[in-house]
Amino acid sequence: MFSLFASIVFGITLREEVGEQVRYGLVAFAWFVGGTIAGGWLLFLLNRH
Amino acid sequence: MPSDTVTKRATPPSPSRTTASASGMASWWVVALGWLFPGMGYFVNRKWVRGALVLVSVAGMFGLGLALKGQIYGFNTGDVLDILGWVGDICAGALYFLTRALGAGAGNPFTVMGDYGTKFLIAAGLLNLLAAADARDVYLGKKK
Repeated sequence: MFSLFASIVFGITLREEVGEQVRYGLVAFAWFVGGTIAGGWLLFLLNRH
Repeated sequence: MPSDTVTKRATPPSPSRTTASASGMASWWVVALGWLFPGMGYFVNRKWVRGALVLVSVAGMFGLGLALKGQIYGFNTGDVLDILGWVGDICAGALYFLTRALGAGAGNPFTVMGDYGTKFLIAAGLLNLLAAADARDVYLGKKK
């Protein structure tokens, strides 16, 4: 939910055209979710060693 | 030549300059409205969809923060992080004042979820400020 809400506001505020806003929002959302999953795996692997 | 000088001094400010100044002042009112009521900055600019999305996003994140038992910071002069927490919280405008008035947002610092909730509340405020500043750019015509 954090990723969703933050991506919406980022998309609206950081881009001009509607198409760009949607695209930027989707990319930001993907980065948020991907980063969270990657960070989770990194911490998991660090914790094992 | 002295008469020219007198004429120049007596000339009132040009209308375009006065209008620009008034517009500049009004733009800060747009920021204030956008800060106090999430999404209102866009509503003033007749950007209904953007305003609604910002309203839902900011209020949703703020509500989630409260549901997770996040803590609302009051004004303080103690730890730097506590001060910054208050700054982030107060950026949510009316949501902050309403929560304080209702006595909610006491938070539960002993649970992980409570800590997440506190961060949600701060993030909601910062997103609201970002949107309010963007609404000013729209008002001034710097952005569509």
